Amino acid sequence: MTAGWVRSLLGILTLVALAAGLYLGLVWAPPDSYQGQVQRIMYLHVPAAWVAYLAFFVVFCCSILYIWRGRPAFDQVAYASAEVGVIFTALTILAGSIWGKPTWGVWWTWDARLTTTAVLLLIYIGYLMLRSFVEDRARGARYAAVLGIVGFLDIPLIHKSVEWWRTLHQPASVMRPGGSTVAAPMLLALLVSVAAFTLLYLYLLSQRVHLERLEAEILERNREG
Amino acid sequence: MGGMDDSPAVEVHRLSRAYGATWALRGIDLNLRRGQTLVLLGPNGAGKTTLLKVIATLLSPTGGGGKVLGYDLTREQEAIRSRIGVLGHSTYLYGDLTARENLRFVAAMRGRPCTDGTLAEVLERMDLGACADQRVRTFSSGMKRRLALARLLLDQPALLLLDEPYTNLDQRTMKLFNGFLQEFRQRGGTAIIATHHLSGGFAVADRVAMLKGGRLVFEEARGEMSLQELHEHYTLHVEGEGA
Amino acid sequence: MSLLQRAWTVLWKDLRIEGRNREGLNTLLFFSAILLFMFHFSLGPDRARIGAAAGGLLWLGFILMGLFAMARTFQVEREEECLEGLRLLPGDPGAIYLGKVMWATVLLSAAELVTFLLFGFLFSVDLWGNLGGLLAVAVLATVGIAAIGVLFAAMAAQLRAREAMLPLLLFPLLIPVLLAAVQLTQGSLHGESLRAGSHWIRLLAVFDAIFLVVGFLTFTFILEE
Repeated sequence: MTAGWVRSLLGILTLVALAAGLYLGLVWAPPDSYQGQVQRIMYLHVPAAWVAYLAFFVVFCCSILYIWRGRPAFDQVAYASAEVGVIFTALTILAGSIWGKPTWGVWWTWDARLTTTAVLLLIYIGYLMLRSFVEDRARGARYAAVLGIVGFLDIPLIHKSVEWWRTLHQPASVMRPGGSTVAAPMLLALLVSVAAFTLLYLYLLSQRVHLERLEAEILERNREG
Repeated sequence: MGGMDDSPAVEVHRLSRAYGATWALRGIDLNLRRGQTLVLLGPNGAGKTTLLKVIATLLSPTGGGGKVLGYDLTREQEAIRSRIGVLGHSTYLYGDLTARENLRFVAAMRGRPCTDGTLAEVLERMDLGACADQRVRTFSSGMKRRLALARLLLDQPALLLLDEPYTNLDQRTMKLFNGFLQEFRQRGGTAIIATHHLSGGFAVADRVAMLKGGRLVFEEARGEMSLQELHEHYTLHVEGEGA
Repeated sequence: MSLLQRAWTVLWKDLRIEGRNREGLNTLLFFSAILLFMFHFSLGPDRARIGAAAGGLLWLGFILMGLFAMARTFQVEREEECLEGLRLLPGDPGAIYLGKVMWATVLLSAAELVTFLLFGFLFSVDLWGNLGGLLAVAVLATVGIAAIGVLFAAMAAQLRAREAMLPLLLFPLLIPVLLAAVQLTQGSLHGESLRAGSHWIRLLAVFDAIFLVVGFLTFTFILEE
């Protein structure tokens, strides 16, 4: 996956898809009848959210594989995915905030999905901190793998609990960043954006894993000497 | 205690262990037959403790592998742990439990809960009968060492891994330790003793090995070697330059 | 010797040690007394305010106490490298995990019980009618805290220098427990039957089940070196 030509190809595909997505989302798709142009940020917010959770799912799978099989490659992908994932999570929240302010007048709502994404960010940060604090790389990998598994399984529980908690403190509202219904051309632009962001994720992931591999090689060589 | 087959007690091949950027063990090849006592010599930091820990399955090898008592080091760790005994720097004793309770805990965890009679017997043999019901926190280091020996008497391991057993022992404990080791060897047990005390280890060695900088620089049967010759070998291989 | 028997042996050992030096329980009880005084000083004597915030305050306190209790489970293994001694034992290390989870649950639950009683006493709240329900919820939530807490305490015990990390990792993961426990406790304090909160109870049960299993399966991995 990290072969030079694969990464270059991914890079090119990503550029093309992003260009297409940006065009469709920011220019081609019709503006929302209620929210106007601001609603276009959905083409950023939703794909970013998708990648944020996809990346964590990858962390989860690689963590399980690392525990089960012990191959360093799994750990490298997990670490890289977490690093890329945390960026997209932050982006999701930022986009959500920017969308929220003009649309509903608040920078933040404790809506279940947004809150869960914020907690995801905290878990990601915890994951990365755990890795940086543990000096022994192999031990850090083991601990992080456990956190990756626990964290991922916790997300649906966190979501459910926040959702229930919200309905106690606020009546069910239409404040759902997903918007009401999504018209057909908007859906197309959205899907292209999601595909583009996924490619971007894969591209960044491959670059990051490649870097990890190089670092590991350098460590090996230093040891031999 | 121990199997009766002919497989070596310890056989490791190209065993290595890294700590971050440095190697603590490099390419160790070792083959120790059952019933033999190997004395591992070397200065502090040579990797003696690390080697013992890898054989004890406390540390996993970074490279290479091997078998202990016929069981694979990386895949059959549980089988190894149930057959080895370790005596090291730390005593693994709970200060707030009594001597008897400490023994009872380990026996229960090892799947061999024992009667009060057996406990009393091993405590007596290690001269701890009088303080069997005192908290270990009040024990001197010699007493703690003897309690660790009592624990080994209960476990009856086939392979004994001893890390610097001769340091800081009072006379009484030293006597009991030597008696324990003698009996263990007579019953066909295998032992690896890591020490930097040449004379102490020399007396009980069947084979002698030397570690320097994580590498095995010398490994021979003791045979007819005299203590003087041992010192010479040591000076040559460990203290001199080379390897 | 079965797994449960070995887990029980670990629990028995820790109970014995605590019975002899009582460090853990004493500190927790002291903590609890200080906590309740802090409630009073930060909220003032208005009983209605305290009544409204009680559930949340109590559980924030319990989670803080829980951090200490978790750290305590492995502190006892520090002297004389007893953790290494445990690692040398044959048999599934999962038994050690279960034993420690049981021990942490017992320790924290005992402290919670005393806190409830002290709370009733200091703030003149009549708890007797609901004490059974309060305690049942507390134990259920505490098992969840312990299931994850013990895992991370084992990591922190081996890291030594980085114990400050423990809360940072645990807090986000315990959100479902916190929300459920607060709702159920608040309801109980105001005389509601537990049946009204049965979905929260199910959430706690699911949380406990999932993380007990995950903890049991991954504990070996954390002990590896």
